[in-house]
Amino acid sequence: MMSERITVDDLLLAHAAGRLPEPVGLVVATHLALAPAQRRVFREYEALGGALLEDLPPAELGEGALERLLDQLDDSIELAEPPPDGELPAPLRAYVKGSLADLPWRHFGGVSEARLPLDDSTYRTSLIRLKAGRAVPRHTHGGQELTVVLDGAFHDGIGAYTVGDIAIADPHVDHQPQALGDEDCLCLAVTDAPLRLTGRFSRFLNPFLRF
Amino acid sequence: MASNFSGRLAAGPSGGRDGLRLAWLASLRFKGAMRGSSSDADPSDAEPGGPDRELLADIRLVANDRDRTAFARLHMYYAPRVKSYLRRIGSPDDVAEDLVQEVMIAVWRRAHQFDPARAALSTWVYTIARNKRIDAFRRESHPDVDLTDPSMEPPPAPRGDVQVEAAVVKEGIRRAIEHLPPEQADLLRIFYFEDKTHSAIADELGLPLGTVKSRLRLAVARLRGLLEGVA
Repeated sequence: MMSERITVDDLLLAHAAGRLPEPVGLVVATHLALAPAQRRVFREYEALGGALLEDLPPAELGEGALERLLDQLDDSIELAEPPPDGELPAPLRAYVKGSLADLPWRHFGGVSEARLPLDDSTYRTSLIRLKAGRAVPRHTHGGQELTVVLDGAFHDGIGAYTVGDIAIADPHVDHQPQALGDEDCLCLAVTDAPLRLTGRFSRFLNPFLRF
Repeated sequence: MASNFSGRLAAGPSGGRDGLRLAWLASLRFKGAMRGSSSDADPSDAEPGGPDRELLADIRLVANDRDRTAFARLHMYYAPRVKSYLRRIGSPDDVAEDLVQEVMIAVWRRAHQFDPARAALSTWVYTIARNKRIDAFRRESHPDVDLTDPSMEPPPAPRGDVQVEAAVVKEGIRRAIEHLPPEQADLLRIFYFEDKTHSAIADELGLPLGTVKSRLRLAVARLRGLLEGVA
């Protein structure tokens, strides 16, 4: 059964429609923060929401809704908070307090992983750091794996991804992401099913990637 | 014109003048109803510069003068639509009613943040409603965490990008939707306004899952084509 592959454009549309679970939404928001050219498309999809909202049949409000609302209005205003400076793109800073170095990194060879505190039983959300030139163990996926590059670049035999790019791997992809160039590669990765290791060290490495 | 009127009321409708206040609310209701029906009857009213222009003036009055009459007019137009959105996406009536209040309070408090170069007013209200609903949903699933989802905060406006007026884009989209085959337009409404998985949508429409996905993409591609025709 061929399921159609998800594209970045599908993700933008679903994010604009408010349909993405929190970890996946975080990947897309990070992508938008790092890839300004994509914001125009995203805003069009939000505008589609605005246009659809206008044409919804108005619902009847409860008795006295406006009066109750007017009674609650005061002079306070909400300021748009300027994003504080940080090592990470703004959407990630809510989940990574303090310094990247202080995260609970687990190291394995040239790969390090730090789980992010997104309480969700369905998704595993992590920062992954690939040492320059090093590779993640070869694996396939039970489900989707979304990876957005925060720093550096990697290739996985299928494509090359640089800052802001989203790599989408699904059950059909057997890949081995490897950092490109002489820089470490830092990524945010979300997976929705256990990875299946396919390389010859898989039995040995599995505890690292186990859910 | 509403401006004299609003200047008077901006001073504050409190002070026990219930009679005056109720008459004022009644007159707003009448105008709100007129606006709704005329935009149905006369498509030219949907031009940017029709109701959009009035509402745009109102949001400025709210931002600059904390004008309650202008706010009441915004409420008249948006609150019933926001409630309709929330009901359709699955909120029970009382929850929807509370969320509408939250959305409108955010409109009041953030009015100065509204930037017409970035979003049409309806788009801005839509994003507030969408985010409030997501926040409420997450509060429910983990009540111990106080999290306003930063991932849904809009990224800053693109720099150096050609800025087509956002309201024109939104209006173009609105018209383009009318030119979509009905089944594509319906699918977009379901996608934006119903809390159903792709599979549930497929079941409901009696279509294979792949067809739902491809129809959705087709609808978006077609909208894009129609928009390019407009611009």
